[in-house]
Amino acid sequence: MGGRANDQCYFNFRQLRQRKGIFDNIDWVIIALYFTLVLIGWLNIYAAVYNESHRSIFDITQNYGRQLIWITTSLIIIFTILMIDAKFYNAFSIPLYIISVFLLVVVLFLGKEVAGARSWFQLGSFAFQPSELAKVTTALALARYVSSSSFNIKKKKAKIYIALLIGAPMILIYLQNDTGSALVYFSFLLVLFREGLSGKIMITGVIIIMLSVIALLVNKFIITGFLALIIIFTIMIIRRRKAIVIKLIGLFIVATGFVFSVEYAFENILEPHQQTRVNVLLGKEVDLRGAGYNVNQSKIAIGSGGFTGKGFLNGTQTKYDFVPEQSTDFIFCTVGEEWGFLGSLVVIALYIGLLLRIIMIAERQRSIFSRIYGYGVASIFFFHFAINIGMTIGLAPVIGIPLPFLSYGGSSLWAFTILLFILIRLDESRQELV
Amino acid sequence: MKNPYSNRKYIIKGVFLLVGLVFVIKLFFIQIIDKTYILSAQNNVIRLIYQFPARGLIFDRHDKLMVYNEAVYDLMVIPNRMQDIDTLELCELIGIDKETFVGQIEKIKHYSVRKASVFQKQISKETTAYLEEKLFKFPGFYVQPRTLRKYPLPVAAHTVGYVGEANRQLLEKDCYYKSGDYVGISGLEKTYEQVLRGRKGIKRVLVDVFNREKGSFQDGKYDTAMIKGVNLKITLDAELQEYGELLMTNKKGSIIALEPSTGEILALVSSPHYDPNLLVGRVRGKNYKKLQHDPLEPLFNRPLTATYPPGSVFKLVNSLIALQENVVTQHTKYSCEGPETRPIKCSHYHKSPLNMIEAIEVSCNPYFWKTFTAIMKNEDDIHDSFEKWRNHTLSFGFGSKFNSDLFSEVSGFIPEPGYFDKYFGEKGWRPMTIRSLSIGQGEILVTPLQLANLSAIIANRGYYYVPHLVKSIDNHKTEKNNREKNHTTIKPNYFDVIIEGMYQVFEGEEGTARWYKLDNIAVCGKTGTAENPHGKDHSVFIAFAPKDDPQIAIAVVVENSGFGATWAAPISTLMIEKYLTGTVKKKWVEEQMINVILISDN
Ligand SMILES: [Zn+2]
Repeated sequence: MGGRANDQCYFNFRQLRQRKGIFDNIDWVIIALYFTLVLIGWLNIYAAVYNESHRSIFDITQNYGRQLIWITTSLIIIFTILMIDAKFYNAFSIPLYIISVFLLVVVLFLGKEVAGARSWFQLGSFAFQPSELAKVTTALALARYVSSSSFNIKKKKAKIYIALLIGAPMILIYLQNDTGSALVYFSFLLVLFREGLSGKIMITGVIIIMLSVIALLVNKFIITGFLALIIIFTIMIIRRRKAIVIKLIGLFIVATGFVFSVEYAFENILEPHQQTRVNVLLGKEVDLRGAGYNVNQSKIAIGSGGFTGKGFLNGTQTKYDFVPEQSTDFIFCTVGEEWGFLGSLVVIALYIGLLLRIIMIAERQRSIFSRIYGYGVASIFFFHFAINIGMTIGLAPVIGIPLPFLSYGGSSLWAFTILLFILIRLDESRQELV
Repeated sequence: MKNPYSNRKYIIKGVFLLVGLVFVIKLFFIQIIDKTYILSAQNNVIRLIYQFPARGLIFDRHDKLMVYNEAVYDLMVIPNRMQDIDTLELCELIGIDKETFVGQIEKIKHYSVRKASVFQKQISKETTAYLEEKLFKFPGFYVQPRTLRKYPLPVAAHTVGYVGEANRQLLEKDCYYKSGDYVGISGLEKTYEQVLRGRKGIKRVLVDVFNREKGSFQDGKYDTAMIKGVNLKITLDAELQEYGELLMTNKKGSIIALEPSTGEILALVSSPHYDPNLLVGRVRGKNYKKLQHDPLEPLFNRPLTATYPPGSVFKLVNSLIALQENVVTQHTKYSCEGPETRPIKCSHYHKSPLNMIEAIEVSCNPYFWKTFTAIMKNEDDIHDSFEKWRNHTLSFGFGSKFNSDLFSEVSGFIPEPGYFDKYFGEKGWRPMTIRSLSIGQGEILVTPLQLANLSAIIANRGYYYVPHLVKSIDNHKTEKNNREKNHTTIKPNYFDVIIEGMYQVFEGEEGTARWYKLDNIAVCGKTGTAENPHGKDHSVFIAFAPKDDPQIAIAVVVENSGFGATWAAPISTLMIEKYLTGTVKKKWVEEQMINVILISDN
């Protein structure tokens, strides 16, 4: 237990000046991965919205020109993050978290509504999404709380605190109608798993998801009949052990109740367009105008890329507006269409490399805070990566969340940059107990 | 330092790798194995092609074609697909100069660079033929077939109505219509828009970078079939309509001919009329403005929307009410001293005293003033008498719209007792006060169509079918409500008295239309003069024939032409003769009617 960091961390501004150089101990591999992905993103945004009358990649009236502004400002953010002492992030994690939750509340009332979601602050021509910032602060706060010496994940109280910590921003973002961003917070389960959350909870979660899918696909009476058959069969084999029989019957009742409530929830809680999306994903509905249209067009674009792709700026599917939101949520279509299987492979490899490198970095931290934070970063990136690319190739539901570093957008690029570079800054001081 | 859960990092790394692997496998399948996506790998793109169904044709009651379609082509452009275009060559092909071209493209780009816009409207078939051959040289351009309405007989413009581009309000209201689409704007074209237009088809075709079609997308799985517009057979007799329009040359007014046994409208003439071909295609806007500013108001559909006091024609209604209310009999006689009679003078001297049939024959004003007084004194309170009179009148279809398939009608006006209370006070009016109603002047207003319907009611001895215009839609009979009998409040046998009077209008020695009686056809009619406070009175006439088996009921209004017998009566008999025999015998009357000019003085 001696490895636990001192809770009452002490932050000293003077240390800023005492440091010799900010790049001394930096992990250059992850920096290279970051810049490669950002560059790929920029070029693909250019290709996605390329248009004859605005040929210059620096044209700031177009998304690609603006993305360059976001990239440049990210450099300033990076420099600032690296200048600040590593202890700052631990010491101020809770206040930062509180501020971001406060902003999430404020945006509900003062935010600007964009595409049905009230999640933007508009300050003149500058718009930003507090939900993006909240990802960073929640990861920090979670790291701070879980790394505290009094923390024990086996205790009920700890579980409640964690649920509140993750749940508060999640619910607020859900209330903004930004379901996709709210779902991202589920990724913290991976962090908790690493820190000792019972594997059973994870497995139960997976079973619940599977049962939900089956419940929506198959008639509920068939499922209950099928479950009943299995249980009766099992009871017939092990009829002597009364306790297990009772447990099995209890399990059957719970499972049946669950199957029925899934259908009820589906019919009564989800909005019609969400129901459609789920149905399309499950293959129950082919809706080529609505949710199915995006996925179908996206698959055509990616599928038509073939092995080597059509070449830079030669993609016809994405360029001619067949794929909606091609520079934001569906940016991977452009990669697939213009760079083909090889290009897609490279991008996926870069992401997997980034994720594994983050885990490696997390594991080499002396500070538990830094390690947990590292896992938080990996989990968020992983969730975005899995859902976004999965969505474009029809493996995940259409949930509007960006692909880290590739998708167009200032708020998301900044948030992912901050998320990653705080880890890089912490890693720089990995020998210290921040 | 040793963390008990340290080994879980392997599980987490495993999950990452597994997801990456699943993605790679899936991508391998859709990018390399599955060839359906390779369709697009040949640099194809999908273009939506709207197929515009031919609008339904319109035939007259004898299956004579009245409205058909002519193919024209719109040259369309999608600005951001224009590539390396020889502007000069294209300009030459479509006959415009370079400045026009550049200006037009800039305007379109301002609207949208990605969406298809009309570059040039309604190019002729000939130009399109050679343009299409060379169009592959001009990526971004293509031709879109459209149809324009054509009218082989330039008649019944008001009734048929016209077709024009959907305006912005409609585009916002109904997502079926896209900018540049045509839609019925007035007349039958509007009333039967849903039927006539059919449904657009949407074809998704693959085109290469040179914009050449490369076949349908996924074998047309996502295409919607076009549904042809449905043909209408209307009740008009095109020949009679044309003849009516000819007779009304240089006159303002209306002719309505009905088939009493069905309510079908045989002719619906609004004069001055215009050639419906004027409101078609590129010339429509200019011509429409011209027609709109014409002081003779050719766009005004008089038979349905002009209202007049009915004049002496209304004496027939008052007679029927008096008989029904039993305040007079057909034998009741009243005397008349000609123009010296008070309070209402007669237009001329004639035999006196006279009974109802004789009174109709000579259209004696004092006689009907006395009849009307009897109706109004039937009850103790004039309000009750008036209310009764009004209910009878309304049962003839006056004071309300027919609400059939006619485009824009007005209801006319039959006052309520309260109307007079307001002017004269509740106790302030007597039969004397409203005496002009007895001869169809004063406060009542009717449309020419309502007058024609009155004629049909009398022909039918007491009932009518709602006047309507469409006989069948795609060979199916139209709505039932057109075939429902509407009974008046008057007993059928009273009509025989009136009919005899109307017969004497032609046959009697002093009949007001005796000069125009037809040799072989028993016509019943009644003259009328609608007072016009703004100028010369309007000549009104209603008639039906043959007397015992009515085939046609007619109403004619000739504005500013004076006494009813002079113009409206001969036009009515010419129409009747033409319809029943196919020709007219008294060519000199016909000629006189066509040649007279009655629009200059006002
Ligand atoms: Zn008289």
